[in-house]
Amino acid sequence: MATSPRELTQNPLKKIWMPCNNGLPEKHTSQRKVCMTNCPTLIVMVGLPARGKTYISKKLTRYLNWIGVPTKEFNVGQYRRNFVKTYKSFEFFLPDNEEGLKIRKQCALTALNDVRQYLGVEGGHVAVFDATNATRERRDIILKFAEMNGYKVFFVESVCEDPEIIGANIVQVKLCSPDYMNCNNDEAVEDFMKRIECYKNSYQTLDEVLDKDLSFIKIMDVGRRYLVNQVLDHIQSRIVYYLMNIHITPRSIYLCRHGESELNLKGRIGGDSGLSLRGKEFARCLGKFIKEQNINDLKVWTSQMKRTIQTAEALSVPYEQWKVLNEIDAGVCEEMTYEEIQEHYPLEFALRDQDKYRYRYPKGESYEDLVQRLEPVIMELERQENVLVICHQAIMRCLLAYFLDKSAGANAKILLPFRVSVNVCINITLTCVV
Amino acid sequence: FYSLVAAGPHLTNSPTVIVMVGLPARGKTYISKKLTRYLNWIGVPTKVFNVGEYRREAVKCYRSYDFFRSDNEEAMRIRKQCALVALSDVKSYLSVEGGQIAVFDATNTTRERRDMILEFAKENAFKVFFIESICDDPNVVATNIMEVKLSSPDYKDCNNTDALQDFMKRIQCYKAMYQPLDPDNYDKDTSFIKVIDVGRRFFVNKVQDYIQSKIVYYLMNIHIQPRAIYLCRHGESEYNLKGRIGGDSGLSPRGKKFAIALARFVEDQNLKNLKVWTSQLKRSIQTAEALKAPYEQWKVLNEIDAGVCEDMTYEEIGETYPEEYALRDQDKYYYRYPTGESYQDLVQRLEPAIMELERQENVLVVCHQAVMRCLLAYFLDKSADEMPYLKCPLHTVLKLTPVAYGCKVESIYLNVEAVNTHRERSEDSKKGPSPLMRRNSVTPLTSPEPTKKLRINSFDEHTASTSGVLPVCMVSEVSPPLPGQVRLGVFSSLASTKGI
Repeated sequence: MATSPRELTQNPLKKIWMPCNNGLPEKHTSQRKVCMTNCPTLIVMVGLPARGKTYISKKLTRYLNWIGVPTKEFNVGQYRRNFVKTYKSFEFFLPDNEEGLKIRKQCALTALNDVRQYLGVEGGHVAVFDATNATRERRDIILKFAEMNGYKVFFVESVCEDPEIIGANIVQVKLCSPDYMNCNNDEAVEDFMKRIECYKNSYQTLDEVLDKDLSFIKIMDVGRRYLVNQVLDHIQSRIVYYLMNIHITPRSIYLCRHGESELNLKGRIGGDSGLSLRGKEFARCLGKFIKEQNINDLKVWTSQMKRTIQTAEALSVPYEQWKVLNEIDAGVCEEMTYEEIQEHYPLEFALRDQDKYRYRYPKGESYEDLVQRLEPVIMELERQENVLVICHQAIMRCLLAYFLDKSAGANAKILLPFRVSVNVCINITLTCVV
Repeated sequence: FYSLVAAGPHLTNSPTVIVMVGLPARGKTYISKKLTRYLNWIGVPTKVFNVGEYRREAVKCYRSYDFFRSDNEEAMRIRKQCALVALSDVKSYLSVEGGQIAVFDATNTTRERRDMILEFAKENAFKVFFIESICDDPNVVATNIMEVKLSSPDYKDCNNTDALQDFMKRIQCYKAMYQPLDPDNYDKDTSFIKVIDVGRRFFVNKVQDYIQSKIVYYLMNIHIQPRAIYLCRHGESEYNLKGRIGGDSGLSPRGKKFAIALARFVEDQNLKNLKVWTSQLKRSIQTAEALKAPYEQWKVLNEIDAGVCEDMTYEEIGETYPEEYALRDQDKYYYRYPTGESYQDLVQRLEPAIMELERQENVLVVCHQAVMRCLLAYFLDKSADEMPYLKCPLHTVLKLTPVAYGCKVESIYLNVEAVNTHRERSEDSKKGPSPLMRRNSVTPLTSPEPTKKLRINSFDEHTASTSGVLPVCMVSEVSPPLPGQVRLGVFSSLASTKGI
């Protein structure tokens, strides 16, 4: 029979209400916002070499971590390199090289063991198992392993037969691999092509019929088309959406803050002031800089605050205003100086230093809240090509943290190079580093 | 997001024609309507053009499946004509009436028909995105027929068994000619999604842009499992009692009583697996606490931010900010509180909640007045204009159950008194679309009424360039069949123009 509701207490840092007992918070499940993963998920990459599996693994891991899902990748090739100190040739990968097969299987099992450690003891939610996993036999081993441990499995297969793309992949990431540090480029390419051949005969692609009960996405021709089968839950649905929005067309993203504002001059945070004289000068310089960059089809985004819009106005190009790009809401501390905050809200001031990422201003936001509201921006940045984002300090830190793969802790501390002056524009040209 | 032109013309995205593909009873109209409702809610003007309705207008009285036989030339002509008229209305909607997306809801099962549509789109610089629904599960097909076909105007004079039989034969008429989308060859350069077995599997080809990407994501998250969504506000709060808006106050004694009554109500519903969601404001969490079940706190479910007006009474707002007060009454949907939010902002922030509600099954959402209005507007297909005035009283649970093409709503008052926080539309409030309306801004629109009038006099205008001139069709006047009787129609054959 229902009794009167429990008393609530508010966590002073995060400003989250929780039930309490005699003023002390009770342990309570599901306090966070959407619980995205209820049981750990094992993402299993599938595909021939040089099909972008590691590129996808790393990018996906970076994205999941940024949105707050602890994720880690396990690259079996890396385990192999640690075990077999020097790589001699493609012959290691010949299907009849029993010694090679034994080592490779051992590496996979070791990696799986580390996966279990990560998902079990270390509190990880998602593990990305990056290897070719090209045979049903191998995939069955992984499925059994997952079943034994209560993990969900989601396969991500990359299929590509375009020789140009494969060629470009090899040049970009394989030639500088430790495997080929003693080879010249031509030898390396030749060897790698033979390596791919070793896998081709035994490659069993994921099949609509034979694998109909597995959850997977098959990415074909770098995202030209997709086959999606049996998406089980929220996180798999988000992963599919993300994978369907990323691309590999070369492009540049430019991030900068608005020009110096009147409130910046006064040392006050938040608010909606206009540009100072120097801020207007910056806007003009930005305009000049952008013209000189001669960027093809540049999209310009601003927040809905006066100072970013004024900055964009100086560019004399169309721009889009996004409310979600507005600066972090400092709640009761809006328009105060840090001195005033320390005076009027000494506890808040101290709490913020304790955990700047999770700290939420009273009636305001935290960096953690920012990440949630910026996720559509990240998704759209992935879809777009050349973009200039004129935003704010905290916003820019969050966006940079995504691109530079900074952890939540580091996120809030990214020292933007222009703490003193605001006239710097950061250009991110995305490259894959293996 | 909101687009502003600093200099030069505004670059609009080309309008898009979404073309449904699939045999009858595969959920095309269900998907069309649901997708349209979603797109309108997120502010993309969208309209459905259901060719079956055009056909019903043209051929007043449906006799039997013979109409759909592929060798019935007269009927083929009529059906093609209907498609052309519908396309002409699509053109008008997208070019002249400010529509952004048109959903062309018909079987479109042959390449010939789809090529005609592609040609039409090319002539008008529209993008095309196909949505094909493939399902061979006889149970699903039968359930569809039961739920939406038996009650169709086509079968109003038939008993269920006869109707079912006729409809099955109707499906057969299409099967022989059905050419599914072929990603490997014929359709490899076409943008489409194949939805297979009600969402078990999807095949996606060549997504071109943002809106197609969102459509794909939406389609991949919806399902047809029976379930119920319960929407309610927190129990009456201390601030409610004082007539103050916003803030983060706790429940009043009556509010606590409501929480207990809500717990009892939920128990009586006897649901398996109910998810409970609250906002991060104390009053909604306190309400959920009484349920003694796990709940999830969502910040996006927090009440609308009243900015500088937080914690004030309406009288105080009227005194302190008289212009703001007046502005809000003038246009409550777009009005944004200084340093706060508007209903329009709310819709944008609630979109992930809607998406997750679509994924889930039984959910109880304990939220707030403005938030509940936004969510309700999505489920009940209400426009931006109506949204801020939807009635969401305290201590009342709205139970939403998907049924046929829409949502059934039941209102359950839990018999605990509370203050009334509803403010009626004022005299100054505009009743039409605001002049502030911009393209691509988030402005929910109610899905427009279907256009279904076949304009007999203007057939000549509606011929697509590829089809040649079609003669006027004549349908012989025959008395309607007696109840229970499915009359085999006889159509006089006219000149032999090949049509679909």
